[in-house]
Amino acid sequence: MESSSSWSRALVQISPYTFSAIGIAIAIGVSVLGAAWGIFITGSSLIGAAIKAPRITSKNLISVIFCEAVAIYGVIVAIILQTKLESVPTSQIYAPESLRAGYSIFASGIIVGFANLVCGLCVGIIGSSCALSDAQNSTLFVKILVIEIFGSALGLFGVIVGIIMSAQASWPSKNA
Amino acid sequence: MYGFEALTFNIHSGYLEAIVRGHRSGLLTAADYNNLCQCETLDDIKMHLSATEYGPYLQNEPSPLHTTTIVEKCTLKLVDEYKHMLSQATEPLSTFLQYITYGHMIDNVVLIVTGTLHERDVHELLEKCHPLGMFDSIATLAVAQNMRELYRLVLVDTPLAPYFSECITSEDLDDMNIEIMRNTLYKAYLEDFYDFCQKLGGATAEIMSDLLAFEADRRAVNITINSIGTELTRDDRRKLYSNFGLLYPYGHEELAVCEDIDQVRGVMEKYPPYQTIFAKLSYGESQMLDKAFYEEEVKRLCLAFEQQFHYGVFFAYMRLREQEIRNLMWISECVAQNQKSRVHDSVVFIF
Repeated sequence: MESSSSWSRALVQISPYTFSAIGIAIAIGVSVLGAAWGIFITGSSLIGAAIKAPRITSKNLISVIFCEAVAIYGVIVAIILQTKLESVPTSQIYAPESLRAGYSIFASGIIVGFANLVCGLCVGIIGSSCALSDAQNSTLFVKILVIEIFGSALGLFGVIVGIIMSAQASWPSKNA
Repeated sequence: MYGFEALTFNIHSGYLEAIVRGHRSGLLTAADYNNLCQCETLDDIKMHLSATEYGPYLQNEPSPLHTTTIVEKCTLKLVDEYKHMLSQATEPLSTFLQYITYGHMIDNVVLIVTGTLHERDVHELLEKCHPLGMFDSIATLAVAQNMRELYRLVLVDTPLAPYFSECITSEDLDDMNIEIMRNTLYKAYLEDFYDFCQKLGGATAEIMSDLLAFEADRRAVNITINSIGTELTRDDRRKLYSNFGLLYPYGHEELAVCEDIDQVRGVMEKYPPYQTIFAKLSYGESQMLDKAFYEEEVKRLCLAFEQQFHYGVFFAYMRLREQEIRNLMWISECVAQNQKSRVHDSVVFIF
């Protein structure tokens, strides 16, 4: 028999809706943090390098667009996650099915948020190096772009796994 | 934290790093130097330079040109770029950029004091000073009679003040003491700069310690060679060596007792990076030593640009520009004095 003050008891008493809401907040909040971080890393180098070599500006906006895509993934997943929220009767809030649904939305949010955070950082740092080397030698641009494309695939992995996680978040039906 | 500078470096210094890399792409290449070496007159040089980035600075100069004018205008370009970067920089980059110019400040101070000793006019001396090393009260240096007055009247308000603790004496200034003062100040400056870079940590500390260690070792060798045969005692010589670098401390022990160039060579050949430099010189020859050191320095400075997100690129760029101005001065002098065969003696190609 568990003692009345164990941690596991306390965690189980937290409403699954709390976990779901935090998951959705992290999905969008941390994704946007990653996107913004990446954009400022690449943007400051791009502006400085474009003074000496103005031809690089239009091509190197691709790096900024890759970072922005990361924020869009976060928005999409947050919208999908919030459609998964359903109301259950009070007696069912702490049923195992409800807890499972709450936890999977939370996990999905964390997956997407942190995958997009590191993806945005990765694309931002590569974009900064890409702008600086393109300014010196324009044949390097396409080669470094390939590295960026691999980097932005990381965010996509996060989104895919997050959506699969949340797809099986089913709350108990009303008449159980 | 070392390795994670990429995450936060661009907040304050991303723009300036991109600008300094843009300036680096404007350094003269081997093709430019080949064109310049083919020139017959100084006007030809001016014409070739107007196609490079020095164009706007030289185009309003009337002919007949002097070599000093060319060098002055090229230095002006470097000063403009430096001031632009300094005005945009935040701490700690702005302190770092200021540290780069303290060497020139020391040279200017010594120039004015030596000139005053030889009864030259202050204004003439001020024009010869390097513009990067100017500070407000520099003209008052001409009034001082010994080092204590020098310090009390002028230097206590400048950034060079902390470097004077080791060389304040009441002796009168004469040629020997001034050289010792210059080297003591430079030693204190290098050690201070080294400590500052270590405090910055990360890639900046790693790259700058390599560059500054080379500088310290080079100065140690030059001090040794220049003081062979003078009345500088061994202990005094030891005191002028910096306390960091590849040669510290055992190399310094051996260099302090050297009495001629071959002994210096014997000491330096124990250190693999310097062995390659000394291998290029044949026995008994020291004229090419300067050029060999410059070439090694340029090689290391170019390597500093291989990494991103550190301050070493600013230091490397300033030094490479100064090397380029030295090259231009040598080429102009050779052309002006009609000694084109000696042009390649002292030109160090950067790319």
